[in-house]
Amino acid sequence: MKEIVVISGKGGTGKTSITASFSILGKENIIVADCDVDAADMHILMKPDYVNSQDFYSGKIAEIDQSKCIKCGKCQNVCRFDAIPIIEGEYVVQPIDCEGCGYCSLVCPRDAITMYEPKVGQWYVSNIKTGTKMVHAKLGIGEDNSGKLVAKVKKEAKILAESEAKDFVIVDGSPGVGCPVVSSLSGASFVILVTEPSVSGVHDLKRVYEVVKKFGLTAGCIINKADINSNKATEIKEFLDEEGIELLAELPYDENFTKAMTQGKSIVEFEDGKIKKILENTWENIKTKVNKK
Amino acid sequence: MKIAIASGKGGTGKTTVSTNLSAFLAENQSVVLTDLDVEEPNSGLFLSGKLIHAEDKFKVIPEWKKEDCTLCGKCQEVCNFNAVMKLGKMIMVFPELCHGCYACSELCPTNALPMIPKKMGELKHYKLSNIDFIESKLIIGEEQAVPLIKQTIQYVDKNFSNDAIKIFDSPPGTSCPVIEATKGADLVLLVTEPTLFGLNDLKLAVETMNILNKKMGVIINRFGLGDQNVEKYCKENNIEIVAKIPNMRKIAELYSSGKLIYSEIEEVKKEFEKIKDFIFKNNPEESK
Ligand code: SF4
Ligand code: SF4
Ligand code: SF4
Ligand code: SF4
Repeated sequence: MKEIVVISGKGGTGKTSITASFSILGKENIIVADCDVDAADMHILMKPDYVNSQDFYSGKIAEIDQSKCIKCGKCQNVCRFDAIPIIEGEYVVQPIDCEGCGYCSLVCPRDAITMYEPKVGQWYVSNIKTGTKMVHAKLGIGEDNSGKLVAKVKKEAKILAESEAKDFVIVDGSPGVGCPVVSSLSGASFVILVTEPSVSGVHDLKRVYEVVKKFGLTAGCIINKADINSNKATEIKEFLDEEGIELLAELPYDENFTKAMTQGKSIVEFEDGKIKKILENTWENIKTKVNKK
Repeated sequence: MKIAIASGKGGTGKTTVSTNLSAFLAENQSVVLTDLDVEEPNSGLFLSGKLIHAEDKFKVIPEWKKEDCTLCGKCQEVCNFNAVMKLGKMIMVFPELCHGCYACSELCPTNALPMIPKKMGELKHYKLSNIDFIESKLIIGEEQAVPLIKQTIQYVDKNFSNDAIKIFDSPPGTSCPVIEATKGADLVLLVTEPTLFGLNDLKLAVETMNILNKKMGVIINRFGLGDQNVEKYCKENNIEIVAKIPNMRKIAELYSSGKLIYSEIEEVKKEFEKIKDFIFKNNPEESK
């Protein structure tokens, strides 16, 4: 079983549409994992049925038992996150500010503070329209996107792929360069970097590649909207050369990309033209590459 | 007045709106633009100014003083983030995992873990005519954006009064960083696209802003390309659609070269005028 992770640094490069395209081209032989748990989008294109849904608990939050509290104020004193204000004469933890460090509970002379594990989201295993399964999740609003839910989605996808004897897990990676994307990348067999030839595209590509490099992973790159700015496209290609990253494909600017999305389709389902052909070849190429490893 | 530009997801045009709006407003007054997307700040690519100030931003982490340590293991026991560990005869601190809570440091019986500053990012302050542009960038591998966002907002609050127009380019998403970036805003402008993706992200963003009880308006980017569902949703939920920036290849081209769009395309400029009117209509300072 091989894991292919698609990332782009920042949104707007067509990453999800391209991930969905490969998910469709991979037919039944894959498991899809949506690791963009903060603002998940794959469900729009893959039409999951949410048959199996589970709550996800993570982290810690402090809670004060008022019947035990003697109002000594020690907890407030040690909390570096200003999470324990006095409300109507009582010391009360504000869940949104609490970092879960537990320091307050260690200094309370009356053992009035307990740490509980809050529900931070939900994760699902769904049947999707291509006849296979997808693991996806929804992070609760204002929750710490600590990467733990991403790790959970990946782990469940892997277990599923192994138990159903699938060859690939295709991961729609998280944005940014922080903890979630690190979780998305861990254990990847191959990384697909999706970028576009713009000042921000080049900038984000370089930044996110630093993370990929740190993990010593092999990556290839797809340049979307490649014809929109030839100078920037050249700059990207030079960067790929320097770093020894294979250029997997160059896709032309095409309004159909977005038109397909408005209908809840990926580009390979929408048009029968050039882009579809390129992506089909790219998918075959990636498969061979990954299997050889 | 503080205006946050936000979206459920990156790539909807948040940075385009922030930079163009700042430049447009700056034709008549001074504007402070702050990029709070500290993981991937981008606004600076569209505005080049003179660097007038730079400072490193720090968080605090414990530092092990071998000579004072009795290897009692208390520090490892109290850390909820596995950021300090006893490995054989060594105490290891993992700076990226540390939340700076001071528990290990203050509960260590022999004061062998004093807290010391550790660089987590950089803040840069640029000036170009009427715009003060501030951006912070997190060091790669650093996992917590929130402390840097907090410190960046503090820098802006310290250096500029609330009479100034302050525009904050917020990080994407609905988790802690965006809450930190928008919780002090007087007005939130949500940027979206007229597609199923845009609608999905917009709903998440609206839910988030409702929790924070924010006054908001919606800007539809790449208007004309998709369907009417975003407009329908806004109408049903009584959210004002402030502007509709048309979908044009020319915009994508200008953007790709890091150019501003409002000054090049008349139709676009009209939309930014609408955003300006909306802002002044909702300015709490004016109505005082
Ligand atoms: S757990 Fe830590 S952050 Fe939460 S209230 Fe206690 S001291 Fe403050
Ligand atoms: S430390 Fe314990 S007893 Fe003291 S105020 Fe806090 S909760 Fe109450
Ligand atoms: S708590 Fe202090 S003395 Fe004990 S192992 Fe940690 S550093 Fe050493
Ligand atoms: S300061 Fe807090 S988070 Fe950091 S190592 Fe010590 S106990 Fe852990």
